[in-house]
Amino acid sequence: MTNLKLELTNVSKAFGPKVVLDGFSMKVEKGKSMVIIGGSGTGKSVTLKCIQGLLVPESGSIKVDGEEVVGMKEKDLERVNSKAGMLFQGAALFDSMKVWENIAFGLIQGRKMNKNQAKEIAYDKLKKVGLTSDVGEMYPADLSGGMKKRVGLARAIATSPELIFFDEPTTGLDPIMADVINDLIVSCVKDLGATAVTITHDMVSARKIADEITMLYKGKNIWCGDVKDIDNSNNPYVEQFISGKSEGPIKVEI
Amino acid sequence: MNFLSNIGKMTVKFIKNAGELALFAYSVITHLFRPPFFFKNIFTQMIEIGFYSLPVVGLTTLFSGMVMALQTYSGFSRLSAESAIPMVVLIALTRELAPVMAGLMVAGRVGASFAAEIGTMKVTEQIDALSSLSTNPIKYLVVPRIIAATLMLPFLVFIGDVIGIQGGYLIGVHKLGFNSATYIKNTWDVMESFDIVSGLIKAAVFGFIIAMLGCYNGYYSDGGAQGVGKATTNAVVSSSILILIFNYILTELFFMA
Ligand SMILES: Nc1ncnc2c1ncn2[C@@H]1O[C@H](COP(=O)(O)OP(=O)(O)OP(=O)(O)O)[C@@H](O)[C@H]1O
Ligand SMILES: [Mg+2]
Repeated sequence: MTNLKLELTNVSKAFGPKVVLDGFSMKVEKGKSMVIIGGSGTGKSVTLKCIQGLLVPESGSIKVDGEEVVGMKEKDLERVNSKAGMLFQGAALFDSMKVWENIAFGLIQGRKMNKNQAKEIAYDKLKKVGLTSDVGEMYPADLSGGMKKRVGLARAIATSPELIFFDEPTTGLDPIMADVINDLIVSCVKDLGATAVTITHDMVSARKIADEITMLYKGKNIWCGDVKDIDNSNNPYVEQFISGKSEGPIKVEI
Repeated sequence: MNFLSNIGKMTVKFIKNAGELALFAYSVITHLFRPPFFFKNIFTQMIEIGFYSLPVVGLTTLFSGMVMALQTYSGFSRLSAESAIPMVVLIALTRELAPVMAGLMVAGRVGASFAAEIGTMKVTEQIDALSSLSTNPIKYLVVPRIIAATLMLPFLVFIGDVIGIQGGYLIGVHKLGFNSATYIKNTWDVMESFDIVSGLIKAAVFGFIIAMLGCYNGYYSDGGAQGVGKATTNAVVSSSILILIFNYILTELFFMA
């Protein structure tokens, strides 16, 4: 009996000639919070989309609760996805719907909950992400970037999923609001027992929410370990990334 | 050499698109009959297509009926065959003009908006978000539009038939000096139900084409605002051409077989 919620083995994904993931592997245990770090454009968002079946990798295996997701039938994928929630990097709110309808979407369409009950939950989640209730009746086009992000977050956690993916939850937020969101993510994992995979560039946030950290570089997992070991990883790539220096093994082509 | 390589590229692209469209159509058709059904979305789209297209379809068919009456008069009076005018207006409108005019107008209005809406949802990852909320985007976005367009185009064409014949009548009676009762009698006497029905069948086929190409072009658009713009243009141009081609095929099937 394994305790793995999510297991990626040798996942490879290319777009035409451009190889993005090149044998990426990662394991996340049930109830743990995994943070993925890595440079811009290294394929972090692509990884999450592969797990959700939105992109199909050329090779490798992705298992959610021991079930192989790659090549899964539409119907089964829907069932697996209903266990998960996802915050997209660009929020991806439905702009034809009000904010509360966005948040309640998974409850009404996925869980077949009645409208009033779903609306109540939606407003509750809205409060949790630090937005006032008058925002609920607004449309996504009327929100600021940071507000959209928080509505996306509320939508991702509305169904209280077992597995949550956050793609850069704190970018575009002020430090105080970022901390509120960090606390929220921690409470989702600690209180609800969810498993979380978070992508972030923000090391303050990573230290706060992570149990484990994985670093993605050139399509591979080049370091993985406990969050408390991050400062003595003895890995030059990780050291350069967390110190944010431009000199080191990671070369930025200008 | 450049010229040859362009021909090659275009051929490959054409075959790729045709294959993609076939797969898309296949997946839409398999979802057409499987629950869940999003009745609210179907209803919204029916209003959007049926009700809000009434003015354009009404105006185009009204003027088509009027111009048909004028033209046939100027031609037929040379043969002293004026009494055939109501019949020509009737047949031309119900079999050809109303379905084709309505089809082309709706392609411009509705097909374009399908491509733009779905294309924008695609490039802003809203389609991915639907899947991640375990709602099938084909079922939620595409199927309701296909059903609504296929049902509402016949409705629009029927209204167009009535308005267009009315247009012919107005010109016939008020400009060409027909007796009102005679014009109406001449119309009724020659009317066959298949004239109307064939036009309505054509309309349903055109509605299906418009929705399918609008949704397909939106669904496979990429590259931001520019990509969505291109998808919209492609949707209108390709559905207009297909409407005219299918109009010919259906006419041959209905009236020559
Ligand atoms: N649909 C796509 N088609 C073609 N290329 C793509 C597509 N999606 C992503 N890519 C490419 O894959 C690479 C990785 O993209 P991804 O969005 O995963 O980066 P990321 O690690 O999330 O970066 P960031 O931190 O900036 O968000 C990029 O170089 C991008 O150009
Ligand atoms: Mg990203």
